[in-house]
Amino acid sequence: MSVSGNLEVAQAVGNRQLRHAFYNPALAIPSVIFPVVFLIAFAGGLQKVGDVPGFAFDSGYTAFQFVFVFLQSSAFAGLFTGGFAVAADWESGFARRILLGAPHRSGVLLGYAFAGLVRWLATTVIITIGALIAGMNVNGSAEEIVGLVTLGILVNIAATLWGIGFAMRTQSLQAGPGMQVPVFVLLFLAPVYVPLALLTGWIHTVASWNPLTAILDSSRGFIDGNPVNSWVAFACGAGLLALLAIWAVTGLRRAERGE
Amino acid sequence: MSPETWREIGLVAWRSLRRTMRQPALVVPSIVFPLILLAVSSAGLSSATKLPGFPADTYLDFSLTVCFIQAALFAAITAGTEVATDIQSGFLNRLQLTPLKSSAILVGQVAGAAMIALIATVTYIGVGLLAGADMKAGPGGVLVLIVLSMLISVAMAGVGALMGARTGQPEAVQGIFPLLFVLLFLSSSNLPRNLISVDWFREVATYNPISYLVEGLRSLIITGWDGAALLKGFGFAVIIGGLAFYAAGRSLRTRMERT
Repeated sequence: MSVSGNLEVAQAVGNRQLRHAFYNPALAIPSVIFPVVFLIAFAGGLQKVGDVPGFAFDSGYTAFQFVFVFLQSSAFAGLFTGGFAVAADWESGFARRILLGAPHRSGVLLGYAFAGLVRWLATTVIITIGALIAGMNVNGSAEEIVGLVTLGILVNIAATLWGIGFAMRTQSLQAGPGMQVPVFVLLFLAPVYVPLALLTGWIHTVASWNPLTAILDSSRGFIDGNPVNSWVAFACGAGLLALLAIWAVTGLRRAERGE
Repeated sequence: MSPETWREIGLVAWRSLRRTMRQPALVVPSIVFPLILLAVSSAGLSSATKLPGFPADTYLDFSLTVCFIQAALFAAITAGTEVATDIQSGFLNRLQLTPLKSSAILVGQVAGAAMIALIATVTYIGVGLLAGADMKAGPGGVLVLIVLSMLISVAMAGVGALMGARTGQPEAVQGIFPLLFVLLFLSSSNLPRNLISVDWFREVATYNPISYLVEGLRSLIITGWDGAALLKGFGFAVIIGGLAFYAAGRSLRTRMERT
């Protein structure tokens, strides 16, 4: 399998996806609006939650919530590109033509992943500028911010692979809720509003076992200049990536066989 | 209203009811999704009750009514989509050949959405009580809660019908759903207004009528009988519904005249 052949396919698929996403306001606007609304609602409306006894986060509540919105936008950009775009391509018949035309089909997966990543990076620049204008403090060093962005990239690619695997199996946009709900639930079963230590009851138990908790905690540590359990977070991210890569590739193989 | 008009409304309402209830994919998520959000926020934000001045004993009591507003937002989308679909499919044109009045069509069209809202309201009250919510206004308060919730849902269905009548496109109606959610997020749904520490957010929440709908419903659970909160809740529901149905009626009449 030639690397350059894969890259050519990836570039063609990725460029097509990006043109489609950026030149279509109905697709481009919601992917920016939703994270911005979450940031405003959580960081603005719940600012006082930062005063709850035991809440310790030096960078402040805006930064605390920014990290959640950063990872949420990363997951949903991947899902929209890897899941919805692939499903739409199946419904329009384009996916079948891509599979026929691509000499190296794993390049198709790379192309969608590339488009998902670029789409998220464009969104995250807007969210970050908005958060900084709103007065967000960033205590982390340049290296720590690189760590934060790397975790965001891992989540983005993992979500893209989840979406691709799902869409390759269902080949229908009607399966959209089935694709979104697990990601949504996984995100919201992490410590969204307060640190894990302040959660009690069933949500504490569930959040403790949720791999996204480690990623979220570590990302917050990076922005706060106080990294925590970074190796656990990167291990969780890499593990998710490996599992979901298998999920996406087996989905592609099933689609190739016409199942 | 003459008996003939009531009969006409009944006919359209019966069609709307059957059409809506035959779509489990429409009914189930609109009831379940707010419950998932309730479970996550009531557990995740339970420590917010430790804030000085927080008005409820548990965050479940405080946030239960947000589900009712979410059900009303779903009612808006359901009703709007039904009106728009009938316009797009040409059903409205065929109704032109019958003696049905546009007001009967409009009122009848929201029946399906109102039925989902009723099922959702009763479900949320049942789940809330099972989860330990304390209804301060007692059994009479539960009845008023159902009445106010239904009034809000019908008012929102009017907003949806207005969008459906003006655009005539189901996709356009679906597109306003995020905007309606923005209104919910920018209200006092997550914290009482006096505990919102970001000035501009508190200001927006104060001018946002959704805040008064939430607070009217919430007062029955966390306060008991609060005349002022109830008056504002009922008042805003009537004003929103009255204006929406008036404007929707005009739009539909204009569209039918054009036809």
